[in-house]
Amino acid sequence: MIRIDCPVCGIRDESEFTYGGDATVVRPAMGEAALKPWIDYVFMRDNPRGAHREYWHHVVGCRQWLVLERDTLSHMVGTCSLARDAA
Amino acid sequence: MGGFRLSSGGRVDRSRRMDVRFDGRGLQAHPGDTLASALLASGEDIVARGFKYHRARGIYSAGVEEPNAYVHLRQGARHEPNARATTSEVFDGLCATSQNAWPDVRLDIGAVTGYLSPFLSAGFYYKTFVGPFKGTRFWMICESFIRKAAGMGRGIKVSDPDSYEKVNAFCDLLVVGAGASGLAAALTAGQAGADVILVEQDFELGGSLLSQPVGGVCDDWLAAVKSQLNDLPNVRILTRTTAFGAYEQDVYGLVEHVSDHLQAPENNQPRQRYWLVHTKQAVLVTGAIERPLVFANNDLPGVMLAGSIQSYANRFGVLAGQRIVLCSNNNSAYQVAVQLAHASADVTLVDARPDMPQDVADMLAKAGVTIMTGKAVIAAKGRRGVTGAMIVPVDKTGKATGVPVRVACDVIGVSGGWSPVVHLWSHRFGKPRFDEAAAAFVPGDIGGETVQCAGRMVAAQTLGERIDSGIGAAKATLNALELKPSGTSLPATPEIQLDTGWSQDMLAIWAITDATRMTKGKAFVDIQHDVKLSDLDQAYSEGYVSVEHLKRYTTTGMAPDQGKTSNIITLARVAELSGKTIPNTGTTTFRPPFTPVTIGALVGHEHGEHFAATRMSPIHDWHMKNGAVMSEAGAWMRPWYYPEGNESLREAYIREAAHVRKHVGIVDVSTLGKIAVQGPDAAEFLNRVYVNGWKTLQVGRLRYGVMLREDGFVMDDGATARLGEFDYFMSTTTANAAKVLALSEHLLQTAWRDLKVHVTSVTDQWAAFAVAGPKARDLLQSVLSGADISREAMPNNHFVTGEIAETKVRLHRMSYSGELAYEIYVPSGFSRHVWGCLIEAGKAFGLRPYGTEAMGALRIEKGHVAGPEIEGRTTLKDLGLAGFASSKKPFVGSVLKDRPVLVDPARATLVGLSVKGETGAVAGSLIYGAGQPKQGHGEGWVSSTTYSPALGHPIALALIQNGKARMGEDVQVVNHLENQTLMAQIVSPYFFDPKGERQNA
Repeated sequence: MIRIDCPVCGIRDESEFTYGGDATVVRPAMGEAALKPWIDYVFMRDNPRGAHREYWHHVVGCRQWLVLERDTLSHMVGTCSLARDAA
Repeated sequence: MGGFRLSSGGRVDRSRRMDVRFDGRGLQAHPGDTLASALLASGEDIVARGFKYHRARGIYSAGVEEPNAYVHLRQGARHEPNARATTSEVFDGLCATSQNAWPDVRLDIGAVTGYLSPFLSAGFYYKTFVGPFKGTRFWMICESFIRKAAGMGRGIKVSDPDSYEKVNAFCDLLVVGAGASGLAAALTAGQAGADVILVEQDFELGGSLLSQPVGGVCDDWLAAVKSQLNDLPNVRILTRTTAFGAYEQDVYGLVEHVSDHLQAPENNQPRQRYWLVHTKQAVLVTGAIERPLVFANNDLPGVMLAGSIQSYANRFGVLAGQRIVLCSNNNSAYQVAVQLAHASADVTLVDARPDMPQDVADMLAKAGVTIMTGKAVIAAKGRRGVTGAMIVPVDKTGKATGVPVRVACDVIGVSGGWSPVVHLWSHRFGKPRFDEAAAAFVPGDIGGETVQCAGRMVAAQTLGERIDSGIGAAKATLNALELKPSGTSLPATPEIQLDTGWSQDMLAIWAITDATRMTKGKAFVDIQHDVKLSDLDQAYSEGYVSVEHLKRYTTTGMAPDQGKTSNIITLARVAELSGKTIPNTGTTTFRPPFTPVTIGALVGHEHGEHFAATRMSPIHDWHMKNGAVMSEAGAWMRPWYYPEGNESLREAYIREAAHVRKHVGIVDVSTLGKIAVQGPDAAEFLNRVYVNGWKTLQVGRLRYGVMLREDGFVMDDGATARLGEFDYFMSTTTANAAKVLALSEHLLQTAWRDLKVHVTSVTDQWAAFAVAGPKARDLLQSVLSGADISREAMPNNHFVTGEIAETKVRLHRMSYSGELAYEIYVPSGFSRHVWGCLIEAGKAFGLRPYGTEAMGALRIEKGHVAGPEIEGRTTLKDLGLAGFASSKKPFVGSVLKDRPVLVDPARATLVGLSVKGETGAVAGSLIYGAGQPKQGHGEGWVSSTTYSPALGHPIALALIQNGKARMGEDVQVVNHLENQTLMAQIVSPYFFDPKGERQNA
């Protein structure tokens, strides 16, 4: 049961969001024609124990995709930013 | 045994008697009683039967730790199994019955299983899988036998008539537990102005103070603190409320038993209310649970926790028996002995420690207590209840050093020290720390940023220490909340005689045995699950040396009481066997819930119709009024078919589909996903999400498009119209609307941040109807103004705007049915009006509504793919859609769609099946070559199936290996579930009008 501090809507309950997967993977450029970068992007994931960056979608709120820091061990959440602002 | 109500005392209202029954027998019960105190007051010694051996069981405790006294409560639809008698308040008309016994608890035939007990030892059931039984069905015989004999209450299969509620609450400070220290914490914080929620599982505030004699100094303190709390509007007090779980970010789950103390909820109140409390700080003051001492026959009715005998005497005015032997290894039994003696009991205190302080001995002697030191109870005597205690000299490990002597008694009170209730702390922070002095697990040193613990939970001993620790914990939270203590002091701490606590000079023994560490007779560790000392020893000797394995093998601590009295004894026994210390042996990892929670409370209103949201088209009322049979499509309700007279589904959809091909029909497609794609880069965006190109699409035109997932499989299809230079109107399938929008947003907000595009769901803003059939144009021309929809002016894939019944609409010309067809888009608020006008005007053209089943029949005849084909495992090539993919530009999935496994020529591809006979194929049937054995997964499967009104026989769409190369081949269509085999011929999936002459008409 976590609450997420959405940069647009403020602190909201977990139930308003959907989980969107690993936010550390970078989508290859549109023109990328090789198979491997796409396979890495779609299928290959680390399973870190501890700090992690994840996408969450404020699906029944502002509909913004967020990047949330979450500890996979303690389930504690850290800062939350708009995915569009993330580095 | 033989409990009885004392002539005075207790916190019950003796002026009123309540009608309370157990197994049909009336009990003596007053307001303020629990079912357990009423049972005890009425001399009901046997209240339950053991889980495995069906031994007679009596009331063991006075609280949530109770292992024995579980009953069926109420009758009919409100019947509740496994109700804990020790925490169930009595109410007028309460009707309880015993469980797991036949014919009843007093004479349980099942007790005969006692003679079969060698077969019920640790891991018995697991052993039926291996050794000489391996490969036999012996375990099945055993299972049926065990299932009948074992178990708890009986569930019912009728719906719960009551309602349950969910509430979110927010506060500065949550105080869990309203004993002395919790009250002190709540008052300290409340006086400082904190927004406090105080939670107590009991129906009265006071905790252990309620077990002190009525009218004593504690009552004055309690009354003063309660009155001060009641004067603070910033303190909310929830009684009958259990904090059952502690979660991340300081969220606590509570269940408020709003109406459980009543026969039925009153005044429209729910039965229970589930609270999710979001707090900034918490003070946990959940007290401690007394631990048993284990000895032979320690499950006999009459063996009870010492403190609970005190509770029954002082709080309920009930003496559990006249002759009481107390067996203790710590100081907390002194006070119990004196108070029970004052309450007219004949008390013998058997203390395992060799010495007793002289002042204590004098006080006990003065009260009339018989004292035995250096001794302990090694066995309880009696068949249906305690009639005596075998008392033996013991060494400091609890081993007998002499010959037992029988002392007649009817109650044996045990006290093996106390276990702090660390559950909630442990839910958050994991393993507790072992406190050697208190011989108990206490909260560790983490979590203090938001969680403080106090009172007996941190092994605070005297009342003064407990109150001070509550105040201290509250002050720590005030500091974190940046609030200042008020400076108002609490009422002076009352002085209680023999307020000793348990830890000082405690002799940490857990079981009383003979010199070889055995017992004569069953000695139970987990009384609720019938796990004995000897079971632990046996499991250990069989190699279950890790306590985690041993627990699961013996099932100790796994009953509904979750080992509240037994876990520490299990650890101690394993520690003894392994020669390790208790903390090195292991700890219990506590998980929510603290006590069982009714699923209904967690569900709240979200069941039945309200399990999930229902979405309805703006035309829904018309469908209902016109007899539509509805079907669910995700959250949507859609008209399935409109039966005429007694028509079946099959008769109705065949008629509806045939009517469309001959005349004209109208179908509500408002459920389609609709997404406004707007911005200067909208065309580029479409180019990236669809496999086909969009840069050439002109304003006023629309185009069919197909989308892939990132992994290269087909995700969705639909038409998109270009409304303006930077303004596109995308439609998706009903099922995938949310997925398409979320993926679009994700891409635009992450990888494609440079694109100037907005995507917005407009599904609810637009209703849509498809008008299809040879007479569609004639009908629409009769109602539409402001637009030319003639064949020449408006070919397929064009749209126009015009007016129908003075409402602005948009007409797309495109066909799903294969007939001359238009989709009419109308702003939702006007759609019912426009639909009505079309129906009215349509009468002259024979317009009939059709449902999703007929729509499906029409699209299968045309070989259009839909959900059953776009099911997440099919590629463009599989579905014959590869021609749509542009090779000139990259798009989502364009690289991964060419993975070797996805371009394997042997993949199943879309074909049509002309099914022989009148019985249609069942979707999901497997395909086998003619004459081939019907084994394995076959060469393909049927995806969609219908009777074709146009062709006059059943047809189907299927995916078959090398399908295209097998046109004309006969195959078997096998439904293994119903042993049905049909013959079919592989044909083109474009069954009807393959050249599209009708839709271009």
